[in-house]
Amino acid sequence: MAKNRRNEIWEAYQKEIADDHYYFARSCIRQNFFPAAEGLYLHILKDELGLDVFDDPRQTSCTGIAYHSGVLPFETIMTVVARQFALMNEAGYKNFVVSCVTSFGIYVEVLETWKHNPDIEKRAHEALYNATGKTFVIPENLVHASDVIYKFRDKLAAKIKKRLVNASTGEPLKVVDHIGCHYAKIFPEKGIGGAEFPYVLAGLIDSWGGDQVDYPERRHCCGFGFRQYIIKSNRGYSVANSRKKFESMAPFHPDLIIANCPGCTYFLDRWQYVISEMEAKTYGSDGYGIPVLTYEELAGLLLGYDPWDIGLQTHQVAVEPLLDKLGIKYDPYTKYRGVNGMKLNVPEQPAFLKTC
Amino acid sequence: MKSLYSELEKDVRYREGLNACINCGICTSVCPAAEVSDYDPRMVVDTVQQKNESLLLELLKSDTIWRCGECLSCKTRCPRGNVPCYIIQSLRSLSIETGLFAESAEGRKQLVVKRTVGDHILKYGYCVYIDEVRNEWYPEQGPVWEWLRENRENTLSRFGTSYRQTKAGTLRNTAKESLEDLRKIFDETGGTARFNKIEEFSAKKAAESGKEFTGERDEYFNMLNNGEEQEK
Repeated sequence: MAKNRRNEIWEAYQKEIADDHYYFARSCIRQNFFPAAEGLYLHILKDELGLDVFDDPRQTSCTGIAYHSGVLPFETIMTVVARQFALMNEAGYKNFVVSCVTSFGIYVEVLETWKHNPDIEKRAHEALYNATGKTFVIPENLVHASDVIYKFRDKLAAKIKKRLVNASTGEPLKVVDHIGCHYAKIFPEKGIGGAEFPYVLAGLIDSWGGDQVDYPERRHCCGFGFRQYIIKSNRGYSVANSRKKFESMAPFHPDLIIANCPGCTYFLDRWQYVISEMEAKTYGSDGYGIPVLTYEELAGLLLGYDPWDIGLQTHQVAVEPLLDKLGIKYDPYTKYRGVNGMKLNVPEQPAFLKTC
Repeated sequence: MKSLYSELEKDVRYREGLNACINCGICTSVCPAAEVSDYDPRMVVDTVQQKNESLLLELLKSDTIWRCGECLSCKTRCPRGNVPCYIIQSLRSLSIETGLFAESAEGRKQLVVKRTVGDHILKYGYCVYIDEVRNEWYPEQGPVWEWLRENRENTLSRFGTSYRQTKAGTLRNTAKESLEDLRKIFDETGGTARFNKIEEFSAKKAAESGKEFTGERDEYFNMLNNGEEQEK
């Protein structure tokens, strides 16, 4: 079956994504490891797409990393989720947008559990009220942050200054998409394209002019493993699974990886550095790695934002080879500057991974 | 004493995770943990569905239940609607509630999880916080993270974050009222009790090992985090 035909079939596996007025829930990992990304996401929604999105200072972690690492009861996480819904109600919103795939899986799991077990939902109402005095109504619409970018991908396509095309050859860039297990593997009907052919990022690649890379381990986990990464002596689990993916995608010579999940973005970026240190092996060309971007970072780049203002220097894998292919001009001297152009030290060079 | 199974069956994740396993092994074939460790989710489900108290007791005391990475790839694939990962989640809960987690080397490492991402939630409002992610503890972060972290007052300002400010935005301080809400939710729903159980049983094991046990990154924590106990 032709690749594009298969995607068309799975495009029917859609879900409702509200048109506007979202309550935004932050990610523990994204805001730390890619600290410009969430600000960029909100900017794109508000200023490029003209949408209303509320960033609530009272909102907290969903506690999902601790829950999936086995140290918190379900009762606790579902009540924290209930509090987020109460905050959304108080702010006057009905649509909930989640900046993290782990959190998205948590919210969906809690809602599904309540749907099938009304007694458990009743317990969440009681626990939240006893603890905080708050009450809540569940959202009318709950989506992942990338779902909104997907919904408006063609509108963004009309605004982008660069398409996913090699400026020298005119050929589409080869782009790997990595969805993150908890986006659709737990509840396939909640993800665009389901678990088999998720289209949430592939749709961006298609709309913005790139070519999807369909490689054998496309759906394999990045290897986060929650506790398996948190505990230092268990991290072999994590790097081994990312390595499996890199080895599988390498023969296709991808120009770029885009990831849905903050954790996956982090692991696919940092483990390339670790593998280079351990094995003197790099997966890009000429000693570079394969750049790994989030969906909003890619959108920001194509919209013409300065790569260093949107934080692309916070990735360990250098993005310059991608910028050169896209024909994006950049100033190497401002890469590691601070606020108002303040001169700072520069990061050390890794032993093998070239970083420009 | 209540049977272990009667406790397990109270957990919605156990009830939803176990239907009828036909031992086909599809879960094991897609499992990232099975690829890199001595772990076989098929065997876990097969053991649990035998309803044998002594086998369950052994499982709760074993490293096995701590091998899973909770990616939930098994949920997508099981042809009979079982969810080995949900069963693992319920076993992990029961293992901590009964203190049996402290009987396995992998189980004992739950102290590391509690004292990092667990405690961070109540301290910062988030599981992860830049001030706590030092390169010596997370060497895979690499030199760019070291640069970002060293210069964080400056770089985070360039990126327009709200680092160390009490207002909306990236990396803001979580307001006292929100942290207090979290603490009260933890107290009300068993989160605090779960954390206390981990500390309490870990303290006993630390005393047996002769390692310093004072809280945060003490000698016992470092031994577990670095895997020194398993190397012996």
